[in-house]
Amino acid sequence: MKLARTILAGVAVALGLAGAAAAEEKLKVGYIYVGPVGDFGWTHEHDIGRRQVEAELGDKVETSYVESVPEGADAERVLTQMALSGHKLIFATSFGYMDAVLNVAKKFPNVKFEHATGFKRAPNVSTYSARFYEGRAVIGHIAGRMTKTNKIGYIASFPIPEVIRGINSAYIHAKKANPDVEFKIVWVYTWFDPAKEADAAKALIEQGVDVIMQHTDSTAAMTVAEKAGIYAFGQASDMREFGPNAQLTAIIDNWGPYYVRRAKAVMDGTWKSTDTWEGIGDGMVVIAPYSDKVPAEVQAEADALKNAIADGSYHPFTGPLNKQDGTPWLAEGEVADDGTLAGMNFYVEGLEGAIPQ
Amino acid sequence: MDLSAISPVLLLASLMVASTPILLAATGELVVERAGVLNLGVEGMMIVGAVTGFVAAVATDSPALGFVAAAAGGAALSLLFAFLTQILFTNQVASGLALTLFGLGLSALLGQGYIGVKAPVLPQIEIPGLVAIPVLGPILFRHDLMVYVSIALVAAVWLFLTRTRAGLVLRAVGENHDAAHALGYKVVRIRVLAILFGGALAGLGGAYISLVRVPQWTEGMTAGAGWIALAIVVFSSWRPWRVLVGAYLFGGVTVLQLNLQAAGIAIPVEYLSMAPYLVTIVVLVAISARRGRSAVNAPASLGKVFHGGA
Repeated sequence: MKLARTILAGVAVALGLAGAAAAEEKLKVGYIYVGPVGDFGWTHEHDIGRRQVEAELGDKVETSYVESVPEGADAERVLTQMALSGHKLIFATSFGYMDAVLNVAKKFPNVKFEHATGFKRAPNVSTYSARFYEGRAVIGHIAGRMTKTNKIGYIASFPIPEVIRGINSAYIHAKKANPDVEFKIVWVYTWFDPAKEADAAKALIEQGVDVIMQHTDSTAAMTVAEKAGIYAFGQASDMREFGPNAQLTAIIDNWGPYYVRRAKAVMDGTWKSTDTWEGIGDGMVVIAPYSDKVPAEVQAEADALKNAIADGSYHPFTGPLNKQDGTPWLAEGEVADDGTLAGMNFYVEGLEGAIPQ
Repeated sequence: MDLSAISPVLLLASLMVASTPILLAATGELVVERAGVLNLGVEGMMIVGAVTGFVAAVATDSPALGFVAAAAGGAALSLLFAFLTQILFTNQVASGLALTLFGLGLSALLGQGYIGVKAPVLPQIEIPGLVAIPVLGPILFRHDLMVYVSIALVAAVWLFLTRTRAGLVLRAVGENHDAAHALGYKVVRIRVLAILFGGALAGLGGAYISLVRVPQWTEGMTAGAGWIALAIVVFSSWRPWRVLVGAYLFGGVTVLQLNLQAAGIAIPVEYLSMAPYLVTIVVLVAISARRGRSAVNAPASLGKVFHGGA
């Protein structure tokens, strides 16, 4: 009996504590995702960040997410729903949510919004992104060194500055490593459609490509590359288990620390509308361990490039660089400014084809 | 413009692979709709088929058993729809949409633990003799079994609907369920069977994506294929061979435009990416328009609730 009473008392205390914590009002943090959390790419990594917030801030926060929200009117509905249900900090993790975020933010001035990869801000809307192009420089170099056919395939999603920047950065560094390199770019107009991404990868392979890069969210292209016996790079997440022989390395987006920082800022009242853009040096962009298919010398070169970018001694967009049409862009030693990079809408010299408008 | 970079043999072969999931799902939905039932849950049944097929294929190391399980999985989910709409008389549109949402969630749950797992490979069957025909041989006669099965199913459905008594009864139920009931046909039973058939084929279509086309399991991997299948049924005015044309056009133009891009053909990408939708709709509408009024073939009882059993 005594034991039973002890347990009961313990339960009562626990319940009481839970009640007290709830009364203190937890910060409700919401996330909307463009794909499923199980995409093992872009959305997966945002959700890891969300779980990090829960792990580090414990019962001071309560997080929730809605996955596979299409970009457009539906996003506005989901964001409104989140704001109405008491979320005080909302992360919208896809470029195409931009206008929906701005519209909803106008109606809920007391809710803080954070929009990933966007460029429009408001007093209660921050933007944040990672300098993925720094990672693209590293994998571009590796791709240039590893290709035998000198043809590199690139599965691109939408013609927005972020994607174009990635193509340019990868191309510049592949070309430096291997002057004969040629890029074949396929636009699939989707972030997540495994079947279409797989078809695109197959089309590229039929064109003689032996290294594939992607700027889409699923692991389909990696699986196709593995089957075809060619190389590929993980995108947003480490995709090694989908292509143990194919993956040379991966660009991993590490959002956790930023999410924790922002949630804390809301809690202690220091949150301000900001524009955050961090790269390898800040740890927001991480290069996954190299596959043993990458020779030691290439690994060393890639590491040197990575470290130079991290400590700021080298910028991936350093002149001399011309635009695709041959007009000069950056003079010898000149470095691109963030404004140009954020709005990049042109290919650098050497890339073929036109950017869809 | 240099088209020589694209191998027509490889292109046509991958066209058939890209079209098969939609073709299977659309053929199944065609039978359902000819029986007078509108099941908007194709996407949900496909994704459940994709995951059950994948799980079974991995567990048994047999792609064939995977496809059997996929058909069973899709049919099982459609049984829920049949119960709701045929026994409880719920609204078909709402139930179908709910089925899609439920299927997406259920498949994500079932697929836990199968992410990053490799599925056994479905072997390609070379039809002896025929495969040696130049050009046509490798295009037509070197595919996995499911490609042939999907075409055979279109033929079988066409035969069934137009040449058999049972097919006539099924169509009668779809056109006027009260009259069919008055003649003594079991409207609800026939519709439940049609729904199960549609579910099984949608399941096969889903499994074709997860076992052959990609091949891997990823949450939400059908990514709208079920909706395309639904649209193709309508645009083909409920005729089996037109469904085949529609599915192959859609899949074909999708693959073709990706190949054109990869080969660096100077056509603006915007036009290329809308081409699959545009071409499929224009062609199917054009085929249907020629026949005038009779071409608008929608089953008269489509989507209507049948209370006659009471």
